[in-house]
This record gives sequence, structure tokens and C-alpha cells, in this order.
Amino acid sequence: MNTQTENPTSITDSADTRGALIELDSLSWHHPGRENPTLNSLSLTIKPGEKVLLLGPSGAGKSTLLHAIAGVLYDQDGQSASGSITINGVPAEQARGLIALMQQDPESSVVLSRVGDDVAFGAENMAVEPSQIWQRVQESLNAVGLGHLELERSTAALSGGQKQRLGLAGILAMRPAALALDEPTANLDPEGVIEVRDAVLAAASTTGATLLVVEHRVGIWSPFMDRVIVLGTDGTISHDGTPEQVLGAARDELIAGGVWVPEYEPELPAFSAPAPGRSLIAARKLGISRVTPTRKSLKIRRAQVKKHPEPIELNLEAVKNYTPQALRDITELSLHEGEHISLLGPNGAGKSTLALTLAGLLYPVAGRLEASRALRTARGGEKIQAHWDIASWNPAQLVSRIGYVFQEPEYQFVTSRVRDELQVGPRRVAALEHRTVDEAELAARTDELLERLRLTHVQDANPFTLSGGEKRRLSVATALATRPQVLILDEPTFGQDARTWAELVQLIRRLVSEGVAVLSITHDEAYTRALGGAHIRLENVHSMTNGLQAEENTHE
Amino acid sequence: MNNDIFSSIIRRDSFFGRLNAGLKMGVMFLLIIAIMITKDPVTSLGFFGAQVLLVSLCGFNLLRLSFYLWPLLVALLTTGWSTALLAPKTGQILWDFGLNSISTGSLEVAVNMMLRALAMTIPSLVFVMSTDPTDLGDALAQRWRLPARFVLAALVALRLVGVLFGEWHALGQARRARGLGAGQSWWGRVRTAAGQCFALLVQAIRRGSRLAVTMEARGFGAGRRTWARESTVSRADYLVLAVSVLIIVAVYGLSAALGSLTFIWG
Repeated sequence: MNTQTENPTSITDSADTRGALIELDSLSWHHPGRENPTLNSLSLTIKPGEKVLLLGPSGAGKSTLLHAIAGVLYDQDGQSASGSITINGVPAEQARGLIALMQQDPESSVVLSRVGDDVAFGAENMAVEPSQIWQRVQESLNAVGLGHLELERSTAALSGGQKQRLGLAGILAMRPAALALDEPTANLDPEGVIEVRDAVLAAASTTGATLLVVEHRVGIWSPFMDRVIVLGTDGTISHDGTPEQVLGAARDELIAGGVWVPEYEPELPAFSAPAPGRSLIAARKLGISRVTPTRKSLKIRRAQVKKHPEPIELNLEAVKNYTPQALRDITELSLHEGEHISLLGPNGAGKSTLALTLAGLLYPVAGRLEASRALRTARGGEKIQAHWDIASWNPAQLVSRIGYVFQEPEYQFVTSRVRDELQVGPRRVAALEHRTVDEAELAARTDELLERLRLTHVQDANPFTLSGGEKRRLSVATALATRPQVLILDEPTFGQDARTWAELVQLIRRLVSEGVAVLSITHDEAYTRALGGAHIRLENVHSMTNGLQAEENTHE
Repeated sequence: MNNDIFSSIIRRDSFFGRLNAGLKMGVMFLLIIAIMITKDPVTSLGFFGAQVLLVSLCGFNLLRLSFYLWPLLVALLTTGWSTALLAPKTGQILWDFGLNSISTGSLEVAVNMMLRALAMTIPSLVFVMSTDPTDLGDALAQRWRLPARFVLAALVALRLVGVLFGEWHALGQARRARGLGAGQSWWGRVRTAAGQCFALLVQAIRRGSRLAVTMEARGFGAGRRTWARESTVSRADYLVLAVSVLIIVAVYGLSAALGSLTFIWG
């Protein structure tokens, strides 16, 4: 690795004034162990200040190309790379700091533990004068819409979308000659997407930096870009030209590859949700919080729950004194059979916290949260019905009633084989109910699920080796394996291409028709539209003056 | 989730919190060494008393701090007790209970040992409780000229510890959502916990390598770097240094005047 080489270019001089010239000469990259090269002999010149949108189907090597251009893709065994990339005539690995890269995962774009220090980090590495750094930090934070945060604020307390903005601020503070952004707005709410996009475009035009963006949602960026490059599945450039040319010529290819081209939504048959059935979960004046309760307060809570066979309001003692932000109340909330509810709201409003609470994975800190009678009924081999307090259920009672799909599918995988993964839940339920597993029935059910979610071809693979879309489908399948009456999904369509998206929508529609209650946390307007049902909008903490804000309206 | 494990107890706005972290660390080592090289009870008591007095005068509530560190105090008491039992039984026997006994001599050794340990704990306690890791990093890199690579790697690692706490929690929730955990046999629980550890390890490695890429992409290691927060030394810092030297001189002097001062080599 080239770590200790002298600065080949005077970075401080060039960074403020002009964009980088990026030249690729027959660049190839072959991931060790893969059959086909990810990048196949790419030759390309990107002019200083040019704004380029990079498109292609999943797995076409867009991220690999961005990493290579940013000079952080190392050929460890000497076999993987060939060809060259130069930035202003200097090999990419030596042009450190000229190109700022932002990776997909928001957590990995945060380096230090205080907001101000994190934004300053890049500028410090560029040897910017300390007196100028703090001005840049504040400007960058303002530009990405985080100007209200104190510089001393801990970065651990930020939401995914805020981390994405913070990462961008850190890059802007460097005033790099080129910005290489890998899905920079994927985790943001719709207003945030526009705000951050405009911040990027403004930064690029004031500094003259070259801009390279990878994004699934083409329509957000294409009107503002000079050039669109499409990478094909074979690792070569299949289209290269102005947005109008490319999006016209490559439209069908892009749609087939699952890319979200403008004014295109996957075609779906008309759908009318059934009339909602019995209530399954009901909440009143619910208070939610991420703060872990103390043992003592849980003991008190258990005693109270035991004393009351019918639902009551319960307040967790120890959490009362925490900051009001920790408590966000929703006056009235209920989930019915055959109903879809979209949980909307800006980043950091507490949507996941609410969903985890409803699913019995966090303790409600105030108010009443009950499993209605229809959800409590004893199922399968159970001898007694479940308690009204969801948080006190044992895991088997939980998985057979409420399925939860995490935003990060990998968190949920507990075995090393896709097929086993689908059998974990049913086996656990059987074990806790002291039943023997009917192997033939379980095998048939597993096969059916694999079939339904198009996972049959990978049934013996390790879940961690699947593609993004497959992982998402598997995580939904694991939640469905125990046939829960309630399914909760956290950002199910985030980062998914149009094909997987359409499959998910179809699947959830079918579940709703079968009478399952589905709650989806989402930023995706097309998804909400496709599924219909009620909306619940959680407002941002800053706008919640009285701590109570809930709006429920029926769509269509 | 509250995974910021250090911030809740660190008082950056206190008198000690505003001091230069590097100098504060130097003073801490100075005091600890001064206590370490003596072994008589008068010197230990002198250091203990002077430190408690001055630290309290500066507005640091030692009693409340010891609340966070009760395991340390329990450890101190138990070692004191064992020392009282095991040290040579010189002087009068105070308490004989058949199997063993405590004498004035062994009790004196025990009390002295506890006092010494307490006296050495106070500077480290004040240092740890009043210093933000980032400030220390700045001081070490700018004043002590430690390599930036080393200092920043440590800071990033410290942040990752907090992130991993949160991740562990999320993995636990995901396992409950999959029906694992409570209600499993002990062997099943061991396997679930092992699986959770492994998943955490996998996440930690991936996170670490992605962070390394982020740091490089932000120009880390490109050559000369500047520090946005200048690590400054103020008059208060020199005052603390001077007072600490004064404590050492005064306690040594007092102890010598009383004919008690003994060094470990003496």
C-alpha cells in the first residue's frame, strides 16, 4: 500500500480551484473466486467538472469502479487488477484526498465520536489551516441540513439518515477535486433526498469538482447531470452519453436490469385490499424509548402485569426522568387483520423504535399496548392463550404471532444454510410447545416458501453469500415461516432494484389478502401507493412541542 | 439507545475537565510515582489527605465518583483484610480466632497498603473521569508528538466499541424475533449466544474494513496533517503542575520531619 509517499500533487492548491480529470485506460478488475471479471477493460475519460451518473443492474460493478477511482481498491494478490486509472495524471492510489468517496453503509461514513471532529477529520488530513477548518465544518453542516446540531454532539446518537448527511458534510469540508458518491441518498426521507442532492450539486458547482454518482433512483439526479454511463453485467460500458440519449436508448435494458428509470414503475395488477377484520394490536397514549430499562423497573413492571389479567396503562418507572425526546406519544393506534399500514416520517423520528415496541422487542415506557383477543388466542399446540402484554411473551409465542423483518437482513440470519434458516422458527415453536416436529410437513412448507420467494436455487447456500435482493427475500421468508398474523417490515424496499421491489409488493399484497396485518416503515412513496391502507406519520422531534402528534388518514 | 458508554460520567466542564489532557496525564503519573516509591504510612496518609482536600476544593465530588467505582473499593477492602491476616504478626495480637489472627503490626501494614492504593487511585480517577478521549488524543499527538496514525486509530477504535454495544443489542433483538433465547435449553442458549458473538465479530470486521476505506478516502495518511482543535496549555495547567510538585515536596518534608519517610529501596 502506498501510505507514506510524499504528496505527489499540491492538494491544497488544486482542491479549492478546479475539478479532477479522471482517466481510465483498459481497466479490468477480477474479484478472486469469481468466474467473470467485474470490470472488463474499461477505457474512459471524465473531464474536470463533469457531472456523471453511473448506472447498471445490481452486481454490475458500480461500487467497485467508484472504489477503484477513489484509489482504495487494492490488488492484494497481484492478479485482480490490470490497466490504469489516473487522476490529474497521477495514479489513483497516490492521489489521496483529491477524490472523496462516500460508501453505501451510513455507519461506515462516520469516523470520530463528535459531530464537529468528524466533519473536520478530512480537512485536517488535507492539512487545512485550523482557523479555516471550523468555518468549513459549519458551512458543510449547514449545507447538508445538519446546521442545528451542536459540534459536541455524539455521533452515536444520530439516525441512519443523519449519518449519511454527516458523511457528506465530512466530504464537502475537504473541498475535494472530485466527489464519488455511492447511493448518497438511499437512507433519506423524500424531503431529505432533495435537500442533500441540492447540497451536492451546489458544492460541485461552487468548487468546480467533478461529480460521480451511483444511484438506483435515476430520476432524482438525471436532469442535473452532464453524462450518464451504464455498466452492463459483463463488466463493460454498454451506454455512454447525455442523459437524454442514454435514458432513451438504454431504457429497456435498464428496466430489464431493475434500474429505476424516470417515469417508470414496475407494472402491477390492480389491487383492492380486503375490508379489515378483527383488531390484533391496539395502543393508547403509547410512550416509546430506546433507553434500556433497569432491572428494578422491569421487576416492578412484571409484578404489575401479573396482577392485571386485562390490559392497563403501564408506566416504566426509571424511564420517566429521561429527556422528553425519548418519549414520543401516539394517541391511538391499532392494527387489524388484512390491513396494511405505512409508518412514515423523517429520519430520526422514532419509526423503528415504535415498530420494535409494537413487536414486543422493546418495552413500552408509557401508556397501554395490548394484543387484542384475536391475537392472544392459543394456537397450534398451545394450552393457554397468550398474555395481553406483548413484551412479556416468550420467543415462541412471539414468532408464531408477530414476524419482524429488520432493515439489515444479516442481523436475522442464525444458521449457515438458507433451508435451515427457514426451519428455525417452526422448530423453536414446536420445541417450546413440547410437540414433535412433523418433518414431512415442515419440509413441504419450507419448499413452498422457497418456491414462493424464488429462493429454491440457493436453498443450500450460506445466507451471508446471497445478493442484496435475495437476502431481503430470505429475511421476509424467515418471518413468514411461522405464519404470523402480524408482519412488521423495516424499510423493506431500501436499496432494492425494481424487480425485487415488484416481487415484494406482490408478496405483501397476497399476505394482506390472506388476512395478515402488515405494518411497513417506509420512505418509499411508490410502495405506499402500491399497497394502500392507512398512513401513520411520525413527526420530527424538533417540531414536536407538546410531545403528541399523530395523524391517521386513509389513502384512496 | 444509550451506547455512549463514557460520556455520562465524564465532566468536561469541570475545573479538571478544562485542563490540558496531556499535561494532566503527566501530573497523574508524577503523583503516582511519588507515592509508589515510598512505603511508610505517614507519607501515604499525607498524600491521601492532601489530594482529597485539593480535589474537593476544585469542585470534584469524590464521594459521588466512588459510587461508580464501588467494585474498586470492595477490592481494596478485601486485599486489606487478607494483608492483615497474612502480614507478619508483629506487636500485640488484637484478634485471635483460632485459625488465624490479626496483630497491631499486621493491621498497620494492611491500613498502610489500603491508604497507598487509595492515594494512587485518586489521580487516575480524576484523570479518567475528567478527560474526553478526543482531547487526550489531541494532546498526545500535538504536545507529546505521538504518531497521528496511532492516536487516531485508538480514537476510532474507541468509537467502534460504542457502536458494537449497539449492534450487540440489535442482534439480540433480532434473535428474539426469530424465536431464540428465553425458553431454550442451556445448550441451545449457549449456541444462540455463541452465534450472536460470531455475528458480532463478523460485523466488527466488516465495519472496521469499511471504516479504514472511509479514512483513506478522507485523505488519512496522505502526509502532513493539521489539528483543528489546538491542544493549548494555559496558566491553570501550570498551576496544577506546580501545586502537585508542592504536594510532593510538602508531604515528603512533613514525613521526613516526623522521621517516618521511607523509600522502597530504603
